[in-house]
Amino acid sequence: MMQLLEPRAYPSVLLRWTAPLIAILLTLCSAALLFLALGKPPLQAFHVFFIEPLQTTNGWSELLLKASPLILIAQGLALGFRARIYNIGAEGQFLIGAICASGVAIYTDGLEGWWILPAMVIAGAIGGGMWGGLSAWLKTRFNAEETLTTLMLTYVASYLLSWLVSGPWRDPGGTNFPQSILFADPAMFTPLIDGLRVNGSIFITIVAVPLFWLFVTKSFLAYQLAVGGEAPAAARYAGFSAKYTVWVSLIVSGLTAGIAGAAEAAGPVGQLTLSLSPGYGYAAIIVAWVGRLHPVGMALSGLLLALIYLGGEAAQVSMQLPAAISWLFQGMLLFFLLGSDAFVDYRLKRRRKAAGAAAEAQA
Amino acid sequence: MNSELIAILGATLAAAVPLIFAGLGELITEKSGVMNLGVEGMMLIGAVAGFAGGVHWGVGGGLLCGAVAGLLAALPFAFLTLSLGANQPAAGLALTIFGTGLSAFIGQYFVSQSMPGLQAWAVPGLAQIPVIGPVFFNQTYVVYLSYLTFAIVAWTLARTRVGLILRAVGESPDAAHAIGYPVISIRYAATLCGGALSGIAGAYLSTVYTPLWVQNMTAGRGWIAVALVVFAAWKPWRLMLGAYLFGGMTILQMYLQGKSLQLPAVLASIPHLQDAVDVLMHNVLGTSQFLASVPYLATIIVLVLISRDRRVLFLSFPASLGKPYIEGR
Repeated sequence: MMQLLEPRAYPSVLLRWTAPLIAILLTLCSAALLFLALGKPPLQAFHVFFIEPLQTTNGWSELLLKASPLILIAQGLALGFRARIYNIGAEGQFLIGAICASGVAIYTDGLEGWWILPAMVIAGAIGGGMWGGLSAWLKTRFNAEETLTTLMLTYVASYLLSWLVSGPWRDPGGTNFPQSILFADPAMFTPLIDGLRVNGSIFITIVAVPLFWLFVTKSFLAYQLAVGGEAPAAARYAGFSAKYTVWVSLIVSGLTAGIAGAAEAAGPVGQLTLSLSPGYGYAAIIVAWVGRLHPVGMALSGLLLALIYLGGEAAQVSMQLPAAISWLFQGMLLFFLLGSDAFVDYRLKRRRKAAGAAAEAQA
Repeated sequence: MNSELIAILGATLAAAVPLIFAGLGELITEKSGVMNLGVEGMMLIGAVAGFAGGVHWGVGGGLLCGAVAGLLAALPFAFLTLSLGANQPAAGLALTIFGTGLSAFIGQYFVSQSMPGLQAWAVPGLAQIPVIGPVFFNQTYVVYLSYLTFAIVAWTLARTRVGLILRAVGESPDAAHAIGYPVISIRYAATLCGGALSGIAGAYLSTVYTPLWVQNMTAGRGWIAVALVVFAAWKPWRLMLGAYLFGGMTILQMYLQGKSLQLPAVLASIPHLQDAVDVLMHNVLGTSQFLASVPYLATIIVLVLISRDRRVLFLSFPASLGKPYIEGR
């Protein structure tokens, strides 16, 4: 009665790739209904949300600036998701990356040198990787669920950040706001174009996407991870270590999140503050799913989610809608995607056939 | 027994209420074999709906609105995972993200409003018992409701036919289906029930505990509730214990803020040790940020303690937990 589906003989390849598009379409329809309910003309709202941000050079710069961390984090997360290791604490690893990078910037303040910025990025990568590694250790050593530990560690990371900026790292010359000093030039990514915020850190993402693509398609390690996720028993039989899978998944995803955090602190923000992250760590989870865990797919979905962020900001300014609306759309998008995904492996039950069979049985 | 300790214990019970409701809700859901990671989102939706209802109809109406909202919030999750067989962790996460957004969106209209708090109601007779009386029976009625809910859930699961069927569906959906029980419908019921209880948990936060609407006011309590179910090894009484443990931690951190630690005489005679402890307390351990992070650290420790012994975990968790059930596969 409640079950609507029956298995397909073969998964639908067509649907596997069109499911994200269907989900986007359904999200847009729901958004239109929501705008109508709020008394805003949907077409005008869509214009504000999706067209206006892209009509200026500044808009494109902001789009790349936001898409870059999303895509980078998603690349790392997807590696784990393929192995069914659900790191949902990328937000915390992002914050730790930002903290470690900021530490380098604060303690080298006043020094000159080309090495400061790379050192910050490396510190961020190590910090984020270790924060993810902590959950890997808890999982492999004590069997503690990584979904819960990564998330709990996110809260711990945010309190650590809050403690640092209101205690030891608070700007001594500043007002009493909980924030660090503004980073000096050697500790900042320089903008690519004068007057715009997009900076050199996007090249990290641009290099990372093909690297991850190569890694996923060509390496034996990535194959092991995927087998571990799809068929754990087969992986065990083949002698692939489950622990190894956990370590690699969580450290790599922590690492990419940490780099993204470092780039955020050394880029658009330029200091360590409480409101450093607009929730990139959570949004990247959606990027990974909508992008089908495929490196190139995630680059596209990262751009889409970045646009939703931008649209949310624009709608806040020009239509007085709260910024939370972008979270609403992100949640809907994931809901609809999961719904459309069901039809890859299943199809609607054919009622008539079932009724016919029942009649036959009775006769 | 001194009055400060009684106050701390009493406040502990009040702080544990959201964890009890949300935890029991998730326990019921998981007993049926469904893992819903959307508790945080359902609590937030319950909190904002509860506040909206509470402003109009008082606390009772608020809690009811929270329950209904939580149930409705669980509906898309149930449809996706049960009717369409979607990935449960992913759908739960989607629910949390959606709930965070939706509650913030609706909550903007309630940001600066406030509600009168709820007065404690001493149970005649029982409240006069020394120590136990003032701690357990001089509370708001929602606390009594939490005892009642625990009793009902524990009794239903352990002693009734309904509980037996629920557990059967969670342990072996194929067997339950073969005997003729509608697996999917039962899982729907358990999931929606979990949603309603999470909604009440959120509504309690916004109408009684705070009583204000603040964006993201659940602050991870939904996730702690999920962790508590694991800690409880899916047993209601252990869930209560865990909830009180965490409630106590929340209250203690408020008391400990800015306090200093006086070492015993033997240790204090060591040169500089007391100074070092003072510096440490003042700058690290006694700061609001460190104390606020303690419940999350404790959650990790608690998870480690229970998960370390794989056998205990294996024996207690519902065997089909998290696995989609599709008839005829």
